[in-house]
Amino acid sequence: MAVSTDKSGQKVWRLSDRNAQLARWFAWFVAVAVIMYCWQTISEQTTWFFVMDAPNIAGDIASRAMPPKWPYINELWEPLWDTINIATIGTLLSLFLAVPVAFLAARNTTPHKYLCRWPALLIIVSSRSINSLIWALLLVAIIGPGIFAGTIAIALRSIGFCAKLLYEAIEEIDEKQVEAIKATGASPWQVMAYGIVPQIMPSFAGITVFRWDINIRESTVLGLVGAGGIGLQMQASLNVLAWPQVSLILLVIFAAVILSEMVSAKVRGAII
Amino acid sequence: MLKLNQLTKRYATGDLALKAVDVEIPKGQVVALIGPSGAGKSTLIRCINRLVEPTSGGVDLNGKELTKLGSGALRQARRRMGMIFQEYALVERLTVMENVLSGRLGYVGFWRSFLRRYPQSAVDEAFRLLERVGLDHMADKRADELSGGQRQRVGIARALIQDPELLLVDEPTASLDPKTSRQIMRLICELCAERDLAAIINIHDVALAQMFVQRVIGLRFGEVVYDGPPNELTPDTLTQIYGEEDWEATIEKVDEEEVVTPEEGAVA
Repeated sequence: MAVSTDKSGQKVWRLSDRNAQLARWFAWFVAVAVIMYCWQTISEQTTWFFVMDAPNIAGDIASRAMPPKWPYINELWEPLWDTINIATIGTLLSLFLAVPVAFLAARNTTPHKYLCRWPALLIIVSSRSINSLIWALLLVAIIGPGIFAGTIAIALRSIGFCAKLLYEAIEEIDEKQVEAIKATGASPWQVMAYGIVPQIMPSFAGITVFRWDINIRESTVLGLVGAGGIGLQMQASLNVLAWPQVSLILLVIFAAVILSEMVSAKVRGAII
Repeated sequence: MLKLNQLTKRYATGDLALKAVDVEIPKGQVVALIGPSGAGKSTLIRCINRLVEPTSGGVDLNGKELTKLGSGALRQARRRMGMIFQEYALVERLTVMENVLSGRLGYVGFWRSFLRRYPQSAVDEAFRLLERVGLDHMADKRADELSGGQRQRVGIARALIQDPELLLVDEPTASLDPKTSRQIMRLICELCAERDLAAIINIHDVALAQMFVQRVIGLRFGEVVYDGPPNELTPDTLTQIYGEEDWEATIEKVDEEEVVTPEEGAVA
């Protein structure tokens, strides 16, 4: 914002003055130069022959994958059920830790600004910074392959997500309702049950269902690293280049995800 | 019954909100606390039940010094001080009944309150109070479905079910239309008379205060600058409380309003 006076003494207003404008153009120039340089580097490292060939290869795989091998579905019901269980139980498990962590992390409910809040934030960050696929890799190594490893991986990843969103919801509550409950002589736990919990229930339900929905998608790939679920079949089929099976698995995953989206939309609508 | 001794509050920001306030309120007296925004009215009533911790000075309620109480004893003392708020401060997602019963939280254990298993005597009292404030048919409605006046009635019932000796009332009418404001003020004052309760009512509407209360305290910059009967408020004293302005209209309005008929009713 720049106000100046021109030669005839009139006040002039421009969004930015001359120096700011030059600086802006220079920033654009640098940005474009960086993009051009990156483009060139990527281009040098790409074997363009393969890229040219990509449509043929894709077409070839698609033709092999069609039609999906429908009878194979009978072998998918069980892993699909496993996948849904991994997501559901993992989400529920994560809530057991996420709820207390959220209360410890929220500025207005934490018992101590440093001793409680920082460890809670550390839990949140460390859980969030590691992808569930990597959690699964670690856990398969530690507790062996299978559904259990997958469930724990999902739970560990979800703690941070749920706790973070929940503690933000706790920080946004209306403090006057809390004050009113305190003024009745209620104990701290009663203040929590009456003043805080009712206010965060809609967010809590929304977060839970949202994370469950995400977990359904994440648990479909956990099998790739041996942590159970439909990903195991996917991995096996890919290894033997059984493209009709792969396409069927993709269809099944697609259907499961759509279903979970529908359920979560319904639940959220019912609660809020 | 209530005695404030040299009550002082300095906020962490350094603002001195209350400067050694001395006030004594006998049993059953309804006091209006007037003064410009920022004069320390809200701070004063919150220092009494220690939602705000006073910096120094004492609050004596029936011979008990409230400022020295530990957290358990403070909770017990808070049970006998009902509080009514400007924007009602009901728990919006709970029902009217749950909101009224929450006034009993200080008297019941955690699990009973969590499972909403209140003693029958509390439930009876809640129904009685809801009937008294004219909301007995609303018990199962959620608080956020109610109108402003209705919400404030629920707030009043919540304060009264505590079986208080003292009501702390923070701008009860600031979010209400003029007619509802009068009904709410009348209701609060009637209930105080019925139960011989003392009350401190923070209020901006000087004319409304003059209609209903027995005593007015004027606060300016955290100091008491007027303490006396409502009919002795003159343009000079209002200037002293609020600053220079033409006050004749405000005071005249009172004379007109005093002829309002009572059947305008407590129930709407």
